[in-house]
Order: sequence, then C-alpha cells, then structure tokens
Amino acid sequence: MTTVVPGALVPLADRPAARGRWGSVLRTPVGIGAAVLLAAVLVLAVVAPFVWGARAEAVDTDAILQGSSAAHLVGTDNLGRDLFARTMVATGLSVRLALTATLLTVVLGMLLGAAPLLLGRRAGRLVTAGIDIAVAFPGLLLALFFAIVFGVGATGAVLAIGVAGAPVFARLTSTLAAGVASRDYVLAARVAGVGRFRVLLRHVLPNIAEPLVVNATIGAGGALLAFAGLSFLGLGVQAPDYDWGRLLQDGLSGIYRHPEAALAPGLAIVVAGLAFNLFGEAVAKGIGLTSATGVVARRTAGSDQQPVTGRGPVAGEPVLDVEDLSVVFPGAHGPVRPVRGVTFSVGRGEAVGVVGESGSGKSLTALAVARLVEAPGEVTAARLDFRGTDLRTGGDRAHRRLLGTGFAMVFQDPMTSLNPTQRIGHQLAEGARRHQGLSRAAGLARAVDRLRSVRVPEPERRSRQYPHEFSGGMRQRAMIGMGLMGEPALIVADEPTTALDVTVQRSVLDLLAAIRRSDDVALLLISHDVAVVREVCDRVLVMYAGRIVEDLPADRLAAGRHPYTRALVATVPDMAVDLDAPLPVIPGRPVDPSAQPPGCAYAARCPLASDRCRAEDPPLVADADGRRVACWHADEVAAGAVDGELAAAGAAREEVA
Amino acid sequence: MSELVFDDVTVRYGNARTGHTAVDGVSLVVPDGAVVGLVGESGSGKSTLAKAAVGLAPITGGAVLLDGVPVPTRPGRRPVQMVFQDPYSSLDPRMTIGDSVAEAVPRGTPRAERRAEVLRLLELVDLDPARARAYPAQLSGGQRQRVAVARALAARPEVVVADEITSALDVSIQGTVLNLVRRLQRELGTSMLFISHNLAVVRYVASTIAVMREGRIVEQGPAEQVLGDPAHDYTRELLAAVPGAVR
Repeated sequence: MTTVVPGALVPLADRPAARGRWGSVLRTPVGIGAAVLLAAVLVLAVVAPFVWGARAEAVDTDAILQGSSAAHLVGTDNLGRDLFARTMVATGLSVRLALTATLLTVVLGMLLGAAPLLLGRRAGRLVTAGIDIAVAFPGLLLALFFAIVFGVGATGAVLAIGVAGAPVFARLTSTLAAGVASRDYVLAARVAGVGRFRVLLRHVLPNIAEPLVVNATIGAGGALLAFAGLSFLGLGVQAPDYDWGRLLQDGLSGIYRHPEAALAPGLAIVVAGLAFNLFGEAVAKGIGLTSATGVVARRTAGSDQQPVTGRGPVAGEPVLDVEDLSVVFPGAHGPVRPVRGVTFSVGRGEAVGVVGESGSGKSLTALAVARLVEAPGEVTAARLDFRGTDLRTGGDRAHRRLLGTGFAMVFQDPMTSLNPTQRIGHQLAEGARRHQGLSRAAGLARAVDRLRSVRVPEPERRSRQYPHEFSGGMRQRAMIGMGLMGEPALIVADEPTTALDVTVQRSVLDLLAAIRRSDDVALLLISHDVAVVREVCDRVLVMYAGRIVEDLPADRLAAGRHPYTRALVATVPDMAVDLDAPLPVIPGRPVDPSAQPPGCAYAARCPLASDRCRAEDPPLVADADGRRVACWHADEVAAGAVDGELAAAGAAREEVA
Repeated sequence: MSELVFDDVTVRYGNARTGHTAVDGVSLVVPDGAVVGLVGESGSGKSTLAKAAVGLAPITGGAVLLDGVPVPTRPGRRPVQMVFQDPYSSLDPRMTIGDSVAEAVPRGTPRAERRAEVLRLLELVDLDPARARAYPAQLSGGQRQRVAVARALAARPEVVVADEITSALDVSIQGTVLNLVRRLQRELGTSMLFISHNLAVVRYVASTIAVMREGRIVEQGPAEQVLGDPAHDYTRELLAAVPGAVR
C-alpha cells in the first residue's frame, strides 16, 4: 500500500533538474561534513607539493629516524626527511592514482555494461555472462592478479585496480540500463526509428547517470584503499616515488620505536577514504530521498476554518461521523493541505460514494479515516467517531482492534495488499486469530467460509493457494473476504475495480452490493468513475481540491447544483454519447494543493465564476433535505438558468495551455 | 493508400513447452483513413498485437503488412507509429518536450526545418509552442499525452497505433485527448488502430470494431453492428458489464 504524499505528486524520477536534490545533499550535516572533507583532500592534493615539496625532499643526515619533535611533527625517515611533509605531499600521488584507476574502472565498466544494449540479444547475452563470471572473483584477488600480470609499479597498479573494479561497475551499469531500456520512453524512441547508439546516449545514460556518479565516488574511496594496499605490499608505487601505502610500509619497520611514522600515513588513508565514501553515501541518500523535507507548521486555532453547516443526511445512528477532517503534509514551501476541513457521516448500511479527479483528496480522506496516514502526514479533526468511539484519542492498540474487526479496507491493487509468500487462507485467518482470539483451525474454517461468501469457487482448495495463483478479480474477492473475517460495520473501498476488467468489475460491484444488503454493512466507495458510484451508492460526495463541494443523492447526480458536479458527470462518455459532437471536457487543470487560491478552488475552471467566487470560498451549506453544496451560484445552477453557459464551457476546445 | 494488414499473426513467448501464445493467428485489416477499434480485457493480447505492429514484439507466425510490404522495424523511418498508454512513463523525464518530438522527425531534416516542424506539431495538438522547452514534469497528464501524440505524428506515419491512450488519464481530461484524436484523424486522414478496454471510448472514435479474447479475434464488423447487434456471446457479456448511463 502506498500513501499519497504531496512530495510524490511529482514523481521523483520525473523531476527535470537534479540540481535541487544535489543541493539538498549539502543541507544535511553528514553531507556538508563529507563535502568539506573531500574538498580539503582534493585541495591538499594540488597544493601540498608547493607548500611542503622542498621540506619533503630535504635530506638531513643528522636527524635520521627521529620520533616526533617540535621540528618534525611526526618524525623523520631513514634519510632524515620530514615525515609530516612527506605525508602531505603524498596526498597528490595517492589521490591522482586512485582517481585514474577509478576513471579506468568507470570507462571499462560502462563500455562493458552498455554493450548488451548495443550488440543485440545474442552477443549481449554473451557479454552479460562474461561480466557475471568476472563478478564472481573477489575484487582484491583480481587486483593482485592483474598487478602481477601488468608488472610491479605505479602504472601496473593503476591498470590492475582499474581493471579489477570494472566487472562490478559493468554489472551495475547493465542492470540500471536494462531497467531504463524497458521503459516506455525508450520503446517510443525505438518506434520513432532512433538507432541503438543514440538511444543509449540520449535516453539511457542521462537517466542512469546519477547512481553511476555516486557509485564512482564511493569506488574512488575503495580504489584509494586498494592502492595503499598494493603499495604497502610493494606491488604499487616504487621508490623514489611515494604514496601513503609506501610511507606506511616504510614506517612499519620502526613501529615499536616511533609509531607515528606509520600512523600518520595510515590516518591520511582513513580520512581520505572516508571523505570519498561519506560523500558518495550522502549523495546516494539525498537522491534516494522520496519525500519533501520541511516542517508541518502548527495550525493556529481557527486560522483557516471553513464555515461549515450541517453534516449531511444520516439515516439513524451514524457508523462513521467525521467533522472538519484535515490532512497536512510538510512541503518544500510550507505545509500542504490536500484534505481541508471535510465533514460527512455514513449511516448504518448506507453506501456513500466519493468522486473527484486525481489529487482531489478522496483517497487520502479514506486513509485518514482508517488512520493509515503515515508520518510526516498529520490528521486533524473536530470529530472522528467510528461506531461511537472517538478515534482521535485512546491508544493505537485499541483502535487497531476496533478497526481490525469492525472495519474493512479494500485497495485498488490487491496484489500489493496480499503477502505473496503466504497462503490465502492463512492470511485471512491471521487477523481473526489476533483480533477475535480464534484458534488456528477455527480461523481457517472461517476463512474458507468467508471465501465462499465472496463467491470464490472451491474455497477449501483455493484457501491453500498463494496470491499469484489467483486472478485479479479473485484476489480482489479474497481482499473483500479478508475484510469480512470480522463483522464489519463499514467497508472502505478505494478504487476497488479500477485495475479490473469490465466484466470482473461488474461481478465485484455486484458482490459489494450483495454483502451490503445481506449484512447491513455500510460502504464508503472511492472512485474516479462516476458511472460506478452512481450505480452502487445511495449518496455521493463530490470532492474538489481537498474539500467536499457537493453532497447529493446518487440518482440526482445529473442534476447537481455545483458546476463541477455537472461538468464531471458530463465528461463521462457512455454508450449513448453523440458521435457527431466533441466530448465535453473540463478546461484547465486541478489546483496544486500547495497553491490554493483564496476563493473557490474551482473558480479558475468555472464558467460561472464571479469576483465573489475568486475572493471568498463558499461554505458547504445544507438545504432542507440535507443535500449540501458549496457554491455561490448553486441556486442558478439548480434552476437551470445557466445550462447554456455550462454546456458551452464543456464544449470549448481545450485551451492552449 | 496505406492499409495495415495483420495476416494470420501469431506471437509466442518462451519455448515450445512452457511458452505462452499471446496472439493466436489474428487477421485484421486497418483500411486507409479508417479507425479500427480493438476491444478486449487485460491479457487478451491486444497490446501484444499493437507491439507486433511496431516491431516491439517478436512475430512467430504470419506477417504485419503495410500496403503489401512487411512493416520495417529497423532504425530509420518508421511508417507505423505508436502512442503509449501511460504518458507519465512514455516521455523521457530528462528531455524537453520539444526535444522528444524533434527526435521523431525523420533524420536528415535540416535543423531550422526540424524546429519549425516541432512548433507546428505542438500547435496541432493544442499546446502552446512556447512550451517546447518545458519538461514533462511541468505538464498535466492530458498535456503529456498530447505531446506523445505529436511525437507519433512527427515521424509522418501512415498508420498510428493508439494503445489505451486515455486509460491513465482522469475522465475530465480524457475527453480532450479523444477530441484531439478525432479531429486529427479527420484533418490528416491517418489510418488508426485504436485499442481500449472501454467500449464507450472505442464507440466514440472507431468506425470498425474488433473484439479480442484469449489471443483471438472473436468478432469484428462495423461499430453499429458490433455494439448494436453483437453476434458473439463474449461481446454481449462485455456490453452488459458497462456501467449504466448517468444521464
């Protein structure tokens, strides 16, 4: 199950510029620390030879193999050269070699990794298999092997470490590239006749560049360590040149007399390695960040309360009673309120539909009622009663029990809400065993019974199957069956048939209707499909920009008093739509939850909008029959005085946006 | 004249023993300048058939012919173009919409001409040409889908395959894309294979309708006849499952 967060309204991968994300890396303490450290190491690598170069080479036979003193911070070597200066100067060679080796790794790895895309299926498979085999060898072993092959010395070591790192990088590249290559935009480019090489350059590489850069950065840290290792073993840098590994080896012989000679280069290796690694990790974390960071500002009492009158008609004692429900998420530019002061109730056995465009807050309202809005989202309400129990107070455990038995939630995609590794029967029984204290056998028996009640054929056999053995419609039935394990008073179904075919949709809707009738269960059905809602529900809540704009009986949908309701109903093509006229549309686009206008949110798209609409948000007003509407022009719409304007707006050609 | 013919097309995935036949001997004609609607449920093979037409699915039997010649699937000019279902994934997030459209303009077109063509196409699909530098994330779903249509048209196709192009969109904007498809089809006379699971949508755009089930076409004919007087039980079942009219 995924929770809708405002940060995800624009999927992360779809953001055009990565600048914001790289910038956000620098705002974290680890990120800024690592960046400063890395910058220091790189600056040192360039500057050190000029500052300490002369001292590092100055032979002083009077001060051979000394310990640390005021003149020589970490002592001297066997020619009396200052070790602190040598450690500093060695930064240049150490970093340069590590970066050269990394560059080699990246170039080789990318060539190998991209080869399967360019070569076609058969040759590509061969390359992939080769990479897979090479990956199986430990990196250090490969490096040692190549170091011997390429010969002792700095060049040999660069080649060895560069080549040894290539298989892992190639594997990473080919995995990432394969993921992007199956995306629709790559297929579209191929259909457009774009050649393989251009597809790789223009579509694949730009979209995998970020993780590759991050991994290369971390890889540079690894190369630095590997180099120190090779030099330490005498396979890397040879005298008179020196890098940290070489200094470490020289210092080690005298470690009992003056350990600082070995410790100083050792410390340098650790610091530089950490700088690369931490920076890479920080960037990776920053890029992988999925939600916007920010702070939810505390709402000041009565700040932007919507004027509310009436809670809508309710037959008898309400099962669910919601008043002034809001959901707030932290946004990059202050808090975002995708649900703003929603008030409604659902009576016993009543079916209430919630319709609206995507982003209207309908699913989030359902999640808030079920207490499934996850941090950093925050739910506030003046009242949130389920069967007379206040869900706002009291412990989580009590609610879970109450919701677990009295409340059923059905999601759009049953595959993601069922555990793929557990048999259907066990999954159904689990909740009942936990909440109702049934034994294992009794739980399973009830599961079979419930599967039968949702018309799953052969329920005994089916209860022993796994979710993947169920078709989409059967899975959705199993989900509904799971909800029926307790004795629910309310089923909340969020787009339960959107992922299903029409014939399966029909049977699932019939099933929901039958359960409602026989068990007197209330239903809150969230759907973008006006036709479905109208068929199943008694009453419909129309949501726009996080508010309920109209609450009316389902059979009166076509005669709504809100221009949005009229427009929404008109846009649904049915089997009787006039083939010679253009389909009605709602011009414009829904408002961005982070930029709500001061007046009516629909004003920008509404043909009836007046100055009052743009300045003042209309309250949701109930009439004598309990129907509610939030529109300054509701009476004109109801009287049919403005039918012409509404129709003309819907028929308008989509604006040039 | 450009007529797309599926001649006894079979698409099989996997090997002989465990494989799966997605499309099983389908013969279908998309006549010049006509819109053929293809309906069926998920898994019926309609998307695979669409992919076979543009070379994204391996044809194991039969052939897809354009005016009697197999449809070319090599890089270069492609006379059969496709509009994908999800405009959120069919546009490269790191490319401006102008670049995405320009990419499909046939190779060898001079730069200035290419740019002019992109602006013309954006205007044709009711998008402000000034937005050519916008990235997909800055556009709504409906606008993105219109960019995808413009990209398909940029390749100067003779046949366009539209695979569920409105099912990822809100109903409120679905109409804008359908209206556009109808207008363009009338203005340009492009032949089109229009795939959808939504019978009301297919009824609105297609003159001929084919019904697909389990890899086979079970019924095809003029739209009024298939919808008004269905011959196959499955077509009747589909029609009965359509939620009732709101009005």
